Amino acid sequence: MDNNTLPPLFDNMDNVDISSPSDEPEIFQSAIQDDESLSPTTKEESMEDVITMTAERETGDTFIEITVEEPQKIGDGMTSYLAYKVITKTNIAKFKRRQSTVLRRFSDFLGLHEQLLERYLRAGFIIPPAPSKNIIGATKVKMGSQQTAESGNANGLEWVENRRASLERFLNRTAAHPTLRVDPNFINFLESDHELPRAVNTAALSGAGVMRLLNKVGETVNKITYKMDENDSWFADKISEIEALDSHYQKLHSAVKSLVSHRQELASLTGGVAKSAAMLSTCEEHVGLSKALSQLADVEEKIELLRTEQSNSDFYILSEMINDYIGLLSAVKAVFHERVKVFQNWQHAQMQLTKKRENKAKLELSQRNDKIEGAQKEVEEWEAKVQRCQKEFDDISAEIKREMERFEINRAKDFKAAIIKYLQDQMAHQQQIMKYWEGYLPAAKEIA
Amino acid sequence: MMDGDDDSGSASPQKIVPDTKPNTENPIKDTQPESLPDNTLIVEISDALSEKDRVKFTVHTRTTMPCFAKQDFLVVRQFEEFVWLHDRFEENEEYAGYIIPPVPPRPDFDASREKLQRLGEGEGCMTKEEFKKMKAELEAEYLATFKKTVAMHEVFLQRLAQHSVFRTDSHLKVFLEYDQDLCAKPRNTKSLFGGLVRNLSKTTDELYLGATVRDVNDFFENELQFLNEYHSHLKEGASRSERMAKKHKELADSYIKISSGLIQLSTIEQGSMEKFCAKTAETFEKMRNMEGRVASDQDLKLVDTLRYYQRDSNAAKALLVRRLRCLASYEAANRNLEKARAKNKDVHAVSILCSVLHLSSSLLYYCILYTHKPLEVQEAEDLQTKACEKFESMSARGKEELISFRKRRVNAFKKSLIELAELEVKHAKTQYDYLKVCLDENLLKLQEI
Repeated sequence: MDNNTLPPLFDNMDNVDISSPSDEPEIFQSAIQDDESLSPTTKEESMEDVITMTAERETGDTFIEITVEEPQKIGDGMTSYLAYKVITKTNIAKFKRRQSTVLRRFSDFLGLHEQLLERYLRAGFIIPPAPSKNIIGATKVKMGSQQTAESGNANGLEWVENRRASLERFLNRTAAHPTLRVDPNFINFLESDHELPRAVNTAALSGAGVMRLLNKVGETVNKITYKMDENDSWFADKISEIEALDSHYQKLHSAVKSLVSHRQELASLTGGVAKSAAMLSTCEEHVGLSKALSQLADVEEKIELLRTEQSNSDFYILSEMINDYIGLLSAVKAVFHERVKVFQNWQHAQMQLTKKRENKAKLELSQRNDKIEGAQKEVEEWEAKVQRCQKEFDDISAEIKREMERFEINRAKDFKAAIIKYLQDQMAHQQQIMKYWEGYLPAAKEIA
Repeated sequence: MMDGDDDSGSASPQKIVPDTKPNTENPIKDTQPESLPDNTLIVEISDALSEKDRVKFTVHTRTTMPCFAKQDFLVVRQFEEFVWLHDRFEENEEYAGYIIPPVPPRPDFDASREKLQRLGEGEGCMTKEEFKKMKAELEAEYLATFKKTVAMHEVFLQRLAQHSVFRTDSHLKVFLEYDQDLCAKPRNTKSLFGGLVRNLSKTTDELYLGATVRDVNDFFENELQFLNEYHSHLKEGASRSERMAKKHKELADSYIKISSGLIQLSTIEQGSMEKFCAKTAETFEKMRNMEGRVASDQDLKLVDTLRYYQRDSNAAKALLVRRLRCLASYEAANRNLEKARAKNKDVHAVSILCSVLHLSSSLLYYCILYTHKPLEVQEAEDLQTKACEKFESMSARGKEELISFRKRRVNAFKKSLIELAELEVKHAKTQYDYLKVCLDENLLKLQEI
């Protein structure tokens, strides 16, 4: 990582307020992000090192595998929270240990995401999005008794399992990135035995949260109002491609969501049929028919469980994959937007330079030699700035192209893998159904 | 629809020749009219026409029974006329000891029509492909409901025609033969309300009888209890399985959206992804068809059987209630007789003796007392005897009917359950095989490219 190139204008500008004018006319940047501690990184690893996001995550001899387990409730009442056991197995040299287990809470994950975002968004990296908050669900856990929270998967707490799974996917997606996987914060998150400092910025209702919201609004306004004249047709094409992809994924997601809910309802309705068959069986006076009905109840009960399994596979394999990609697509958009901001900075610097030059020319014309020297210095300063900005712009453009290549490969792989896994699951389910009903046939035939 | 053949979508939903009859328990209709043996009565619904708010059934009768003028004739009947025929049977005292075949449910296409309308309204927010598929789906559903309706009406007539006593009924003859309207007016709100009151009084009647009349016969007492319970379980089972089948259908339909989403996605994808998406879309489309068939077969085999026996057990219950009523009037006749005798002192002593004896041999009672009796007592006696005879014969007939009901029920359940299991196995196997081929031939090959 090359921190020397850190331009002064990107110095830490904590707590920037939208309204407060900064001394440097970096309007776009300051209005947009509260933390601009930027360190443009140069790529350490070549593209050959691309690591897939599919199950094994192995390329050559490096591998990293992260699991998130055992959500547990810590503390009581409103201050309580869920913590997850994060287990990492890896052989990457930068990790101190081959295997480590740490306990992390949800806000730690969000904190990690923030850190990565701060550090790498400017460089043009696509940062896997962190799972979204679920205030209602979290409150339920807080209010709920110890036992239900411990069991985690209990009926009302489905979302805990959803979250666990999505946290796991978040970490593994991050770990699949050649640069992000060796980020010191990331390694610290996975390895450090100490509790991480509370990530204050992530709380939904904190002051920082409100600031973030305001900044987001500002950013959106900026997005809408600022149209950059694109010189690179690759970007223009990609952006519209991403937009189209996004809308198609959204549609697909809503279709799959309705599949999930239908299947869940079907499961519970099947359970109802099982109960009815059982009652009919106890009432039926004909022995053979009664027996067949009670076996029918058994079969329907088994099918109820199977339908639940099916809906899990609808959800975890299809729906969540698509949902993750909707998140990733917005991360892609964020990167594209970041490039626009860099471009704006560059343009702005260019404008300033022109102004300074004009200023200097005026001074020269009016023969005010005492001031020419200062003006000359300013011009030089801005020339350097323009150069830096231009370099930054070129860098981010190049990085985005590399990232997109990686993204597209992974997207296709993930998509295909998910569909194939899903259909294989379906096959297994059909086989089960076949078995259940084949087992039932003799009972029906025995009715005399 | 039994085999879920796809050709059903192409037929017009307005006019259908019912080629498959899921609930038909009568496979004899293929016989030629020329070769009909004596005294045959074969009834089928050869055609049906759906109009705005009614369905017109063409009832085709072939017969060699001498009471009919012709051997082969057609009439057009509506649902209300079926109800009329059923009510004539139910109110006929002579048939009180029989289970009257339950009247078919009113044709109900509102759900389908409503869905079609909603589809029309939602036309804007879906793609042409989606719309076409949904429409075809709804038409097939409409068709299935239609066929089912026809089949249920037909079963009703066939059970009457096969019954040794009912087949000679004059009302049935009129129903089958008379080629004009039977003036069975569609129930308007007033008569609907009347029906409600009648139903209400029927239920209270039932409760009253159940509470006041002590049945001397354990068989009937048990049967009534059983049927009450059985009927309610059947009802619940039918509505639950119906909801399940419906949900299954909706589930199948939700594959349509996924499939069309995938097709759209494939248009912006490149290379192997484009093909992969298109193939996956195809797979989901096929899966929809297969799941849809599972749903409609469940509906046909499980729901319909439960529904039919829900109605049939209700008819059996009606028989038991009629019998109880008959028992009540028999007991009333007994009480009247007692009263008449109490009034008549000179036969007092004998009458005590007789009232002890009368249950076992009322004939003996006649012989002894005939000459001494005053008129009043004799009248009461006659009435009592008649009530007794009626009750006894009704009980005997009822017992037979209930036993045959059980046999019929067990057989029908057996058949349906076997068919259900077989179809479930078949569908699961088809889907399994299809998915296997689809994965091996297409998707797995496309994965690596």
